[in-house]
Amino acid sequence: MSTAAPPKVIRQGPAPDAPPVLAEPTPRWKPVAVVLLLWLAVWWFTKGTDTLVLAGRDRTPVMDTLAAFRDRMIAGRESNPVMVVTGALADALRGTVSFLQRVISIPDDPRPVPQIGWLGVTAVATWVGYAVANWRIALLVLGTFLSFGAFGYWSHSMDLLIMVGIAVVLSLAVGIPLGILAGTNKRANSIIEPVLDFLQTMPTFVYLLPIVLFFGIGSASAVVCTLLYAVPPLIRISAHGIRTVPPTMVEVADSIGLTRWQRLLKVQLPLAKRTIIVGLNQTTLAALSMATIASFVNGPGLGKPVLDGLRINDTGTALVPGLLIVAMAIMLDRATTAASERGDIMARGGGLPPRLHRAILIGGGVLAAVAVMISRQSLWAAEFPDLGWGRAIAKGAGDVITAITDTLSPITGPFKDAITYALLNPLQAFLSESPWWLAAAAIALLAYVLGGLRALVPTVVCLAGMVFFGLWNNAMVTLAMTLVATILCMVIAVVVGVAMARKRSADLLIRPILDAGQTIPAFVYLIPCLALFGPSRFTGIVAALAYAAPVSIKLVADGVKGVSATTMEAVRSSGASTMQQIRKVQLPMAKASLMLATNQGLLFVLAMAVISGMVGAGALGYDVVIGFSRSEEWGKGFAAGATIVLLGIMIDRIARRAAEAAPDQWKRFPMRAPTGPF
Amino acid sequence: MADAALSVQNLWKVFGPNAEKLIGTPDLELSRKELQAKSGHVIGVRDVSFDVAPGEVFVVMGLSGSGKSTLVRLITRLIEPTSGTVMLGEENLTTMDEEKLREVRRKRVSMVFQHFGLLPHRKVIDNVSFGLEIRGEDKTRRRARAQNMVDLVGLSGYEQNFPDQLSGGMQQRVGLARALANDPDILMFDEPFSALDPLIRRDMQNEVIRLHHEVGKTMVFITHDLAEALKLGDRIMILRDGAIIQIGTPDEVVAAPADDYVKDFVSDVPKSHVLTLKWVMRPPANSEEGIGAPTLPDTTIVRDAARTVLATDGLVRVVNAQDEFVGVVDDEDILRVVVAEEG
Ligand SMILES: Nc1ncnc2c1ncn2[C@@H]1O[C@H](COP(=O)(O)OP(=O)(O)OP(=O)(O)O)[C@@H](O)[C@H]1O
Ligand SMILES: [Mg+2]
Repeated sequence: MSTAAPPKVIRQGPAPDAPPVLAEPTPRWKPVAVVLLLWLAVWWFTKGTDTLVLAGRDRTPVMDTLAAFRDRMIAGRESNPVMVVTGALADALRGTVSFLQRVISIPDDPRPVPQIGWLGVTAVATWVGYAVANWRIALLVLGTFLSFGAFGYWSHSMDLLIMVGIAVVLSLAVGIPLGILAGTNKRANSIIEPVLDFLQTMPTFVYLLPIVLFFGIGSASAVVCTLLYAVPPLIRISAHGIRTVPPTMVEVADSIGLTRWQRLLKVQLPLAKRTIIVGLNQTTLAALSMATIASFVNGPGLGKPVLDGLRINDTGTALVPGLLIVAMAIMLDRATTAASERGDIMARGGGLPPRLHRAILIGGGVLAAVAVMISRQSLWAAEFPDLGWGRAIAKGAGDVITAITDTLSPITGPFKDAITYALLNPLQAFLSESPWWLAAAAIALLAYVLGGLRALVPTVVCLAGMVFFGLWNNAMVTLAMTLVATILCMVIAVVVGVAMARKRSADLLIRPILDAGQTIPAFVYLIPCLALFGPSRFTGIVAALAYAAPVSIKLVADGVKGVSATTMEAVRSSGASTMQQIRKVQLPMAKASLMLATNQGLLFVLAMAVISGMVGAGALGYDVVIGFSRSEEWGKGFAAGATIVLLGIMIDRIARRAAEAAPDQWKRFPMRAPTGPF
Repeated sequence: MADAALSVQNLWKVFGPNAEKLIGTPDLELSRKELQAKSGHVIGVRDVSFDVAPGEVFVVMGLSGSGKSTLVRLITRLIEPTSGTVMLGEENLTTMDEEKLREVRRKRVSMVFQHFGLLPHRKVIDNVSFGLEIRGEDKTRRRARAQNMVDLVGLSGYEQNFPDQLSGGMQQRVGLARALANDPDILMFDEPFSALDPLIRRDMQNEVIRLHHEVGKTMVFITHDLAEALKLGDRIMILRDGAIIQIGTPDEVVAAPADDYVKDFVSDVPKSHVLTLKWVMRPPANSEEGIGAPTLPDTTIVRDAARTVLATDGLVRVVNAQDEFVGVVDDEDILRVVVAEEG
């Protein structure tokens, strides 16, 4: 229970020997309502004053100082030791990326084509698919690679694969040792854990800007932020895998006289292997997701054409590369999952007879080698023939999308207006037209009421930071959008989650969709949202919903399902109606999960708020996006990024402290959603 | 006892932040509950001393939480003792450095665990040869040895299976084989059969008895099942709250329980199956009494003696190990034991 919650009081009954009755704890919503009402009252008389609006092109001295700092760093590239080191790293990364690009993706001067053409690459990839998984995966890989070429995005697809590949290899090199360290050493864990917490609650997007400062625009920055985003789940899951090796096993190892090192290699790692591969799967998908987003800093890959399409509000163009990203996500997901299962199947004598399997492997390897040779010599095998499918689809899709949008507009329009006018506008007016001192005081008070002193302190620090960075008003606008999206997210999560928990058939139907939703890189959500609702704040909200809802729905569903069957039986036997069961038993008992779902939803929504800055959501997200593209706006972009971080920390701390009723729930390890939001 | 296989002296284990400092203070006289309330320390094992003779099956028993598991783990320092010494033959385990301790664990002491502790990613044969592998033996030798062990525990034909493809009883046979493969001086069992169902458990107990006959190892066997203790043990040590309540042979424990705790324990035991004539005979009136009657050793179990005694009119003479005449029993002495448990 939070420190602010009143202690349970034992009220003396009227008769001296009557059993003491536990007083109902005063619900926290009462003080919250009081604060809100006060806020509203003061707002009424002061609205529109002291709102700290920063006009379009204006910058504060803080922002100029930031920009000057960047200039100084860049000027000191040769002398500043940090810049020298990161510069060297950046060179190495850029070198690696461009080397690989010349091998499979772009012409390697003086050759008019890459070293290995599409035929060779596709053949090798298919062979790898068979080698690590099975023939079904091999077919999936084959189909996916062919579609990269057929739709005219071969080079972009290869670039994206290169980025993901490098990030995953680096993640493994960094993540597994760190995971082992965190899993075996308490002290190391106490250092690593908070760093991961920080990385995973931060919208990654906002640390693109500082990374760009140190690694420069382009592939090096893209790799670094992809790595930063992709490695935490691997570290966490590896550590978790090592930690959950049954203590008996460790004891067995010791009783037989293994050294620490032998114990790690022969017992702990083999037993944690499966879990670690789950981590690899998560890391790969996270890397793909972030590598797409990294097109904002000019990282090569399929994200670029998507971004180009979004920039000019042309969803038809963005659609094809967007779908290819989805195809790549599915391929990588299935392949890593199947690879993790294969080891067991083989060891247990499943699958093909070993000799046949080896023969196919060798035969396939030879074929792949031949294909590589051919693709180095013949142009048809080097350069994917232009089938024009991509363009045809883009054009067709453009028309279809227009048609769909037009047909749906009687539905989408009013829906959009309803949300915008009934929810978003009033809330935004309330937040952004409050004088800053009023809003700040009210938020701080709410934090105290909800989470006590431990929520108040970080909240005050964050609020001060937000004022300092000079984007207060935009922060309030973003906060309004975030709150609206979170409210909607929770409504959806409760409705769908409860349905899933109560009806097995609903669960079976919906869960795969949610899984798929979580596999798809966030960036791709923007495309259909933009198509349906055009550039607006509402579009940003819908995209955020699409991104955040799957996580929240699952948490609610699992929480409600966690209410024991015996309890539910008892409740049913007492004659409670379905609504009563849900309202009086299932939701209250799943409170911890609801809280967790809300917090996760908030963070995901906030993260998406940045990305959707470019589809007309405006405010902080827009400031960040502009910070990338215009040198003189870098300071403002950085300030906006910092403000988002502060907003995120503030919301997270308030929600955490408010939910501390069930501290275990927060520590519980959600296997399917260990990647934080962007 | 200089020639003991294992000798434990004044062994203590106190769990908690300042356990070392507590040793020798009056706080240790407190009961477990009081100490925990006072300082948050939990006494796992309290001042335990005993010797195990070579080839003996030494059973440790007690209720859940009495410190049995802690005790076996203290012996090989899987848990570090707070104070006390453990001698394995001539060697002091408690003062050994890590390196030598590992040597001991590799070669001289093996353990069988309650939940088997098999490595799921290794086949049966590789589980059995695991210890040998760690010892650095070459592949052909460890294969051959492991195969012998697999045969010994009756698992021939299952070498290439994975543990989860075997039943619980079979898995524990693998655990046994693994422990035996190292050819240790001492085998330690921590409730090895309590996860098995009763029929399988009986099989496994017989298996242990058979193996003990065949390989003659010294065994320290933990159980909370009195029937198992009586069946397997040469001697039984009863623990409560970490302290020794009684050490004795099975018939001593049943016939002369040290206190109510032990008495309670043994109250359900079919006495005729455990008690020997030593406990039911009465001293002879004179050295001539019953002369000419049949003679039985005083270690004969009552149930086994019943036929002879009931078939004889009058007395049966009882002699001790030195063949000295020590007592007499008649029908009534036997019937008293048998009838007592009917009631
Ligand atoms: N690591 C530990 N920290 C604190 N207390 C412990 C620890 N390990 C054991 N104990 C305590 O020591 C006591 C003895 O535990 P132990 O596991 O040895 O009992 P046991 O006789 O093996 O019981 P069981 O039959 O349930 O296995 C228990 O009260 C237990 O709570
Ligand atoms: Mg135990």
